Amino acid sequence: MAATDVDIFSNEEKRNLSLGGHVGFDSLPDQLVSKSVTQGFCFNILCVGETGIGKSTLMNTLFNTMFENEEASHYQNGVCMRPRTYDLQESNVHLKLTIVDTVGFGDQINKEESYKPIVDYIDTQFENYLQEELKIKRSLFNYHDGRVHICLYFIAPTGHSLKSLDLVTMKKLDSKVNIIPIIAKADTISKSELHKFKIKIMSELVSNGVQIYQFPTDDDAVTEINSSMNAHLPFAVVGSVEEVKVGNKTVRARQYPWGVVQVENESHCDFVKLREMLIRVNMEDLREQTHARHYELYRRCKLEEMGFTDTDPDCQPFSLQETYEAKRKEFMGDLQKKEEQMRQMFVNKVKETEAELKEKERELHNKFEQLKHMHQEEKRKVEEKRWDLEEEMNAFNRRKVAAETLSLVQPLKKDKDKKKVNVWAQAKHGFVFHHHSDINVFFYFLYIPS
Amino acid sequence: MLLAPGAVGNEKQYVGFATLPNQVHRKSVKKGFDFTLMVAGESGMGKSTLVNSLFLTDLYKDRKLLNSEERINQTVEIIKHTVDIEEKGVKLKLTIVDTPGFGDAVNNNECWKPITDYIDQQFEQYFRDESGLNRKNIQDNRVHCCLYFIPPFGHGLRPVDVEFMKALHEKVNVVPLIAKADCLTPNEIKKLKDRVREEIERFGIKVYQFPECDSDEDEEFKQLDKELKECCPLAVIGSNTVVETRGQRVRGRLYPWGIVEVENQSHCDFVKLRNMLIRSHMHDLKDVTCDVHYENYRAQCIQDMTSKLTQDNRMESPIPILPLSTPDVETDRLIKMKDEELARMQEMLNKMQQQIHDGKDQ
Repeated sequence: MAATDVDIFSNEEKRNLSLGGHVGFDSLPDQLVSKSVTQGFCFNILCVGETGIGKSTLMNTLFNTMFENEEASHYQNGVCMRPRTYDLQESNVHLKLTIVDTVGFGDQINKEESYKPIVDYIDTQFENYLQEELKIKRSLFNYHDGRVHICLYFIAPTGHSLKSLDLVTMKKLDSKVNIIPIIAKADTISKSELHKFKIKIMSELVSNGVQIYQFPTDDDAVTEINSSMNAHLPFAVVGSVEEVKVGNKTVRARQYPWGVVQVENESHCDFVKLREMLIRVNMEDLREQTHARHYELYRRCKLEEMGFTDTDPDCQPFSLQETYEAKRKEFMGDLQKKEEQMRQMFVNKVKETEAELKEKERELHNKFEQLKHMHQEEKRKVEEKRWDLEEEMNAFNRRKVAAETLSLVQPLKKDKDKKKVNVWAQAKHGFVFHHHSDINVFFYFLYIPS
Repeated sequence: MLLAPGAVGNEKQYVGFATLPNQVHRKSVKKGFDFTLMVAGESGMGKSTLVNSLFLTDLYKDRKLLNSEERINQTVEIIKHTVDIEEKGVKLKLTIVDTPGFGDAVNNNECWKPITDYIDQQFEQYFRDESGLNRKNIQDNRVHCCLYFIPPFGHGLRPVDVEFMKALHEKVNVVPLIAKADCLTPNEIKKLKDRVREEIERFGIKVYQFPECDSDEDEEFKQLDKELKECCPLAVIGSNTVVETRGQRVRGRLYPWGIVEVENQSHCDFVKLRNMLIRSHMHDLKDVTCDVHYENYRAQCIQDMTSKLTQDNRMESPIPILPLSTPDVETDRLIKMKDEELARMQEMLNKMQQQIHDGKDQ
C-alpha cells in the first residue's frame, strides 16, 4: 500500500459494525489460554525478611508443598540471595516457580548495606532480559524469565511500627518491584493491637512515599474484591505445615496450650486473603505490572544512560543498531584520545622529575665542594696553630735547659767575682724576673689542658 | 564443734541470740530496700509490658514511641524511672533503667556503649562515695540486674545479642529472657531454649547463675531450684490488660483462638521469673553485684591508677586513691615542693657535670 493510503485510513472515524451471524472470533481468548497453558507459566517471588521470621514456612504453606530448605544461621557476614526454581503442576497448568530468599537479612550489626544485594539481584534480572531483547537473534519465547514479579516483605510483629531497616529497604525497592508487605508470625498480636499496628504501618509507608502494590481495581470482575483487600493491607499471616485435628477435620494449624491457630481460618489470620490475592486473582496482573511498569522504567533509564533518545531532530526513529555502532565508534575514539593524553602526561612528568633530580644532584655536589674547602681551611689553620704552639714549647724548653745549666754553674762562681755577682744579681734578678715569666708561661702551659 | 551455750548438766540455758534473724528483719523493714533493674532489647519486645506485669503497676504512662524514619539514626538513651512501692510494711525503692533505641538504628555498631558507660558511671559514683569521708547517706545506684530480651522470631541468638551480652556480662548480672513467647509452640520453645543455652556456652557468655542451694534445704526448694536452672532462658509473656477466663479475672492476652494467661505456668515462665527476681533471688542479685561485679571494677580501677602512678613518678591522680583527703593536703603540698626541689638540684648537678665534661674536652 502507498504511504498516502495509510494516512487516509488513520484519519477516518472508526465505525462499529454489527455482525450478521456468528463469526467465531470470540474463541480468541480461549486460543490464547490454550497456548499459554501449553507454554506453561513462570512466576518469581522474592521473600525479604529477617532470619527465622517464617519465609520458608509461608512458602510451603502457600503452595502446599515442602520446598527443601535448611535453616539459615544468624551469623552471615552479609546478605546473600538464594534463588531456587521449582516445577509445579496443578490440573494441566504448569508453573515454573522461582523463590528467591534473602539469607542473612537483618542479622548484621551494621545494616547500612543490607539492601544492596537485593537491588543488585533485581537489576541483574532486568539486565539479562534487556540483553536478550537487544540481541540480533533472540528467542524470547524460550527465554527463562527471571525477573522478580513480586516481593513479599516480611514485617516483624513488634506491634509498634516498622523497623528502620524495613523503611530504608522498601524505599529502595518500591520503584523496582511490586511490594506486598505482610506481617509475619501474626499469632503474637491480639486483634485490637493488630488493627492499630496495620494503621501505623500504612501511615508510615504513605508518609515516607513508599509505593506498595495496589490490587487493580479497573477490571470489573475483580474490582470489588480487590478494593476490599486493599483495605486489609498489610496482611497478617501465620504459616504452618503441621496438621492438627480440630473438631472432626484435620487442618493446617499451630497448637498452643491455650488454643489452636488455624491457618485457613479467616478470623484467625489473613492467610486466605493473601493466597487469594497473590495466586488466585492477581498473579497475571503482577507479571504484567512487572513487565509494563518496572521493567520499562529500568529499560528507559538504562538506555538513556547509554545515550539513546526516542527520536532525532528530524523525527526519524533511530535504529538501535546504528546508534549503537555510532556510540561505540565515538567511545573508542574517546578512549584513544584519553590514552594519548595520559601517555603525554606521563612523559612530561618523567621529564620534570629527571630535571629536578639533576638540579638536586648539582646542588649537592656544590655543597660537597664547599664543605671540603672549608674543611681544608680549618685544617690549615689548626696546623698553623699547632706549629706556633710547638715553637713556643721548644723555646720554653730551651730556656728551661739554659736556666738549669745556669743554676748548676752558679755556686762555683759565687766567691770570685762580685761584679759578676752583681751582674749575676742583675742577671739573677732578670733571671728571676724572667723566671717568673717563665713560670707564668709554665703555668700557662699547665692551664690549657684542664 | 558446735557448742550449746551454758549446757549445764542436761539443761540448755537460753541465751537469746536466736532472735537475731528477727532483729535483722525488723531493722531491714525499718530501713527499706532498694533495687535497680535494667531492661534492654529492641523496641517492640514487650519490655515495658513485662515490667508493668512484674510489679503490677503502670510505670510507662504517656510514652511517646518514635516513628521508623526517626529511628534510622537513633542513639541509645538511658531513662530512669523510680517508684516507691510498699507491701506488708516492707518498702521497696524500685528503679527501672530503660534503654530505648537499643538495636533500632540501621547501623548498630557499639550501640551498647551508652549502657556500659552508664553502668561504669554508677560504679564510679559508688566508689567515690565509698572512699569519701561522709558515708552516712550513700545512694546505691548500681545496676543489680539486667533483663535482656531475646526476640523469639529467629533461630537463636543474633550477633547483636551476643555482642551486647559479652560487653555486659562482667559488669552486671545478665538474665536473658525470650520475649513474646506466645508466638512459639511448646516444642519450638524447647528448641529455642536449647539453642540459646548452647550458643551462650559456645560464645562464653557468663549469665547470672542461680546459687547452689544448701544440702540442708528441703526437697521442695531443691526441686524448684533445679527446675529453674533447667528453664533458663525464661520464656515470658507480659500483659497490660485483664481478661476474664474460667470465671476468674487474670492478666492475659485475648486471641480469637484462646486466651493466654500470663500467670499460668503451662503458658509461659512469667511466674518463675517473678519468683526468681522478686521473691527469692532479689537479695542474691544485689549481693553478686556488690561482691563480684563491683569488686572487680574497684580492683581494676585501683590497679589502673597505681600503674599510672609508677609510670609518671609524680603524684597526679584524678580521683583520691586512698582515703587521703583534706588534712593531708598540706603534707601533699610539702612533698610536692620537696620533690620539685630535688628535681631542680638534680638538673643543676647534671648541668655542672656536663660543663666539666665539656671543659675537659676543650
